[in-house]
Amino acid sequence: MERRREKAVETLFFLCALTAAALLLLIAAFLISSGLPAIQEIGLRNFLLGRIWDSANGEHPRFGILPLLLSSVYGAAGALVLGLPLGLLTALFLAKAAPRRLAAAIRALVRLLAGIPSVVCGLVGMTVLVPLLRERLDLPAGDGLLAAVVVLAVMVLPPVIEVSEDALAAVPRSYEEASLALGATEEETWLHVSLPAAGSGVAAAAALGAGRAVGEAMAVLMVAGNAANMPAPLRSVRLLTSGIAMELSYAAAGSLRQRALYSIALVLFVVILLINALLYFAQRGGRRPC
Amino acid sequence: MKKGRICLVFVLAALLMGCSGGGGETVELDGSTAMLPVMAVLGEAFEAREAGVRVNCSGSGSGAGIEGALSGRCDIGLSSRELTEEEYGRGAVGRVIALDGVAVVVHPDNPVRALTREALAAIFTGRVTRWTALGGGDHPVAVYGREAGSGTRTAFEAALGITDRCAYTNEYSATGDVLGNVAANPNAVGYASLSALDGAEAASLTVDGAACTLETVRSGEYPISRPFLLVTRADGAYSRAVEDFLRFAAGGEVEGYLAMAGAAAPGTEESHGTAA
Repeated sequence: MERRREKAVETLFFLCALTAAALLLLIAAFLISSGLPAIQEIGLRNFLLGRIWDSANGEHPRFGILPLLLSSVYGAAGALVLGLPLGLLTALFLAKAAPRRLAAAIRALVRLLAGIPSVVCGLVGMTVLVPLLRERLDLPAGDGLLAAVVVLAVMVLPPVIEVSEDALAAVPRSYEEASLALGATEEETWLHVSLPAAGSGVAAAAALGAGRAVGEAMAVLMVAGNAANMPAPLRSVRLLTSGIAMELSYAAAGSLRQRALYSIALVLFVVILLINALLYFAQRGGRRPC
Repeated sequence: MKKGRICLVFVLAALLMGCSGGGGETVELDGSTAMLPVMAVLGEAFEAREAGVRVNCSGSGSGAGIEGALSGRCDIGLSSRELTEEEYGRGAVGRVIALDGVAVVVHPDNPVRALTREALAAIFTGRVTRWTALGGGDHPVAVYGREAGSGTRTAFEAALGITDRCAYTNEYSATGDVLGNVAANPNAVGYASLSALDGAEAASLTVDGAACTLETVRSGEYPISRPFLLVTRADGAYSRAVEDFLRFAAGGEVEGYLAMAGAAAPGTEESHGTAA
């Protein structure tokens, strides 16, 4: 009786796990089957490397996603350039230097930051950051890549801090003790021993942040300006995610334009897969030396 | 335990009755965001006339609304542009229920209050980039518009003869977004449906000397307008409520309601000449 019950519960767990995997496969299958036809029709080269996205042009629609792809890549890279150092130093402080109570308080705040919906981040960017950029830099409008980068940097902070703090906390105490015993100061030890020892975790944090930044749609939709320009820091840009969100409701069902949007989704999926693959190798690579 | 079950049965029964209590007749509308103010007024008037009928509007864009009408996702699609050949080919039918002016808007602090069509074309194609050239202050011009495929954008560009040649600083995916962002940026110029202008902070400009009002749109004196269409399927079988709503919306007695929402009643058939 008892064994049969155990077996049943086990099967239930297995089925639940299977659902998640099946859903992923289903989504992947859907994206590939609905995203490939338009790429075949447009040509992979024209699609990925075309510099003009003019999907609703009545006479000569053009479906080059290079401006969108590069904007997404630059957006995520910029977010990491700003967010990674800030996040790493915060993590170092939390894991090594901060008094326990202060660390707990900051951790709670970081978790709160992680819980702020992206639409709220976008709203703050739109009402505070965008006018500020416009006035300070005498721009026609403050929306653009720079605004998107700043908003995304804030949004990647929580995962970067959390993952790298875990990695730093997991560095064996003996490493640090050895360094201290050799006469290094605490600060030297954290920067030159703890941080390199947590390298794979830091890489994982960066990959996680990049994934979050590439996948974000709402916040960038609100601050990036959304004209499909080739990316420049102060110019309005459209990212892969916001490109889909902007046009989906206006594309006729079955039209090449709509299918091209599915192809963008497929490209986005592949980019996220690549980032996850990097994450996987970063974590595996890190385990070897220990 | 038993008591709980009885309670549950009662609750379920009450819920079921609540669902069917209103007669269950609904008219589902979906499409152009620019048409929502008009449809809200018409829907309310219709609900007041026909007891027990509910009119639900949602705005997901002209293209999506036409698709919805063709696929049966909604009863009636709302389109603020003419139907395309392809859409006609798939069995879409459009009824013009109103004319809408496309107003050109700027920030209330901008001293510029009048532009010609030539000046607008120069601004929107990126040939004029500072307000000084237009009689305004020494600021750069931020050109705000809608996303490609939008009914408002299609009508605006067609009226100025600059279809697919615009150089937008920013693009937005709803009428309200354009109005809100123009009102937030002193450098901005944009366009929006006249029916959405009521209560908006942004200031409307005269174009070629004509202010954007119901009268000038109807008479054709104001040069930028487009039709509001109710879209159905030619071979669609519709409930009595939907048929009634279509007759009601196309009938003469709604002119007052249209005016209330900021749209002009359609004149003769040829008076709305917006290309798709």
